[in-house]
Amino acid sequence: MAFEIMSGSQAAAVAVQRTGIDLVVAYPITPQTAIVETLANFDARGELGGEFVSVESEYAALACCYGAAAAGARVFTATASHGLAYMHEVIHWCSGARVPVVMANVNRTIGAPWCLDPDQGDSLSQRDTGWMQIYCSGAQEVLDTVMQAYLLSEELLLPCMVVFDGFYISHTYEAVDVPDEDSARAFIGPPSFEAQVKPGSPANLHGLTTGDNQVKLIRNRHEAMLRAPDLFKTINSKFAETFGRSYGVIDSVIPPGAKTVILAAGATAETVRWSLPKLDNTGFIQLRMFRPFPREEICSVLETHGVEKVVVIDRNCSTGMGGIFAQELRSAVYDLNNPPAVQDIILAGGIDLTFEMLESIIKEDKYQGQVEQIWGVDLK
Amino acid sequence: MEQLTQDFLRTKKLPHIWCPGCGNGIVTAALVRAIERTGFDQKDVVIVSGIGCSSRAAGYLNFNTLHTTHGRALAFATGLKMARPELKLFVIMGDGDCSAIGGNHFIHSARRNIDLNAIVVNNHIYGMTGGQHSPLTPTGKKATTAPGGTLEPAFDLLKLARGAGATFGAKGNAAQPRQLEQLIIRAANHKGFSVVEALSPCPIAYGRRNKLGGAVDMLREMKEKSISVERAANMDEAELEDRTINGVLFSDDAPEYAEAYYRSIGKDIG
Repeated sequence: MAFEIMSGSQAAAVAVQRTGIDLVVAYPITPQTAIVETLANFDARGELGGEFVSVESEYAALACCYGAAAAGARVFTATASHGLAYMHEVIHWCSGARVPVVMANVNRTIGAPWCLDPDQGDSLSQRDTGWMQIYCSGAQEVLDTVMQAYLLSEELLLPCMVVFDGFYISHTYEAVDVPDEDSARAFIGPPSFEAQVKPGSPANLHGLTTGDNQVKLIRNRHEAMLRAPDLFKTINSKFAETFGRSYGVIDSVIPPGAKTVILAAGATAETVRWSLPKLDNTGFIQLRMFRPFPREEICSVLETHGVEKVVVIDRNCSTGMGGIFAQELRSAVYDLNNPPAVQDIILAGGIDLTFEMLESIIKEDKYQGQVEQIWGVDLK
Repeated sequence: MEQLTQDFLRTKKLPHIWCPGCGNGIVTAALVRAIERTGFDQKDVVIVSGIGCSSRAAGYLNFNTLHTTHGRALAFATGLKMARPELKLFVIMGDGDCSAIGGNHFIHSARRNIDLNAIVVNNHIYGMTGGQHSPLTPTGKKATTAPGGTLEPAFDLLKLARGAGATFGAKGNAAQPRQLEQLIIRAANHKGFSVVEALSPCPIAYGRRNKLGGAVDMLREMKEKSISVERAANMDEAELEDRTINGVLFSDDAPEYAEAYYRSIGKDIG
């Protein structure tokens, strides 16, 4: 292991190279492009360890991944924003077909109008597609999570999206502890799943079926995904033994007696984490796994500490309802005996979260009590 | 010229974002002059673009302008043309925009022979995202997604357009802007789907990586390689190797889609 200075995008690419990838499929889109460019450079130097193909669209990129994974290959692609939206049909198809695909999505606002800032609406609009989604708050986490995603995905036969914020993470550099190739490959091992397309054993895959059969497939998929939190914990225990660090499906820091907790996913989680010492008696939950939603883990933390209010940072907005993480949390805590109040801070459009904003939410009288929704642009 | 700039450019939006040496400004200027020479009423002109370097032109041009999604500008423009067939539509696309994600809309616009003017700024690369190879990058040329040179053959865009049903196709370049202007005028006056492929230098994301020199070198080479359709007609294949044939490559007659549609419902939009 050695520390290297790299961006979040480079960290994603290095992780892919370390896994012993069979196929990388590339199509450019800002702010993701540096991921596939870094992988193209590995390929040009003969260091990728697998194949690299550059295609004509994001749709083609994911379809190509699907085809290769159906043949038993370990695959990767990366996209953002409109690219992810354009993939939508194949995103469903991958999970329906139960192929393990790992894809990085770098958050960027979806238009109109064109905007590059890191709204999370791109990945969150794929919430119901049957993909696992894990949100990362820094480059180290991106590298580690991409590696772990292969184990999750190949065991559960479900695709996994590793998500991080455009520019704040994709384009900023930090010191990253990079596993050497041998230990990374020993940790992950070769692809363990069975190919669906087998030469010499022809089959018709994913043809027409009836609702009666489809429901069984949907249920199987749902139940497989519910295994993800426990599997993620197992993977992280093993990861900790090998590399000396690990992650939870959520991570929390709750000071004794704290009754207010801030919940955030992605880069804003890091802002909250570092602001915590200056925010009187406030706790913090980083939502890492979003699909499946870690209901049990979150409720357990809230109940154990008797949390009365959760301030949710949503760099997204479901028009007509509000922040998506807040909605999910309200639903998750509904059955608790003493559910906490949920206050939603909307940073849609990808606007930045500052310490001053957090300070005013926690300390100013006007934001206390039953204020359910606060637009970030109104916070000074 | 100054008046033309004042009338047809949104001067408050300037300076533009294009890199030093980029040909997009030259192509945009040729388009502006061409529109002025056609005598079209400014309020009847619509500029539609997708996304990419060349598509930024829509923001600088003082007409009705519509900035749309990557590769899909022709589909948006088709809707506009069908609802308001009297409008004069110019669809600005880049090579990646038009021929990759936009490939499907391109061939179907050609097939319908709908009266749109596609201006394809071909700089052989995805410039805005930093230099990835496109379907019009020549085989062997380097890009960030093909550091060793792309293995793929490029489309011949105008042959593709004609094969799909387009009735006008012309090729020009940023090194010969007056000719380009004339080609755009011809396209604008042609009824049916017209394609003008404008070769344009991208010294930053394409030229540098492929050691093609600076913008001046790229423009010079563009000009030297260029040969007119008329002269090329008397040359054999060996003589034409590595040359670019410029001018109107085809101009055919076929029913135009919007006109045919309106006639079918009893309206003559002539």
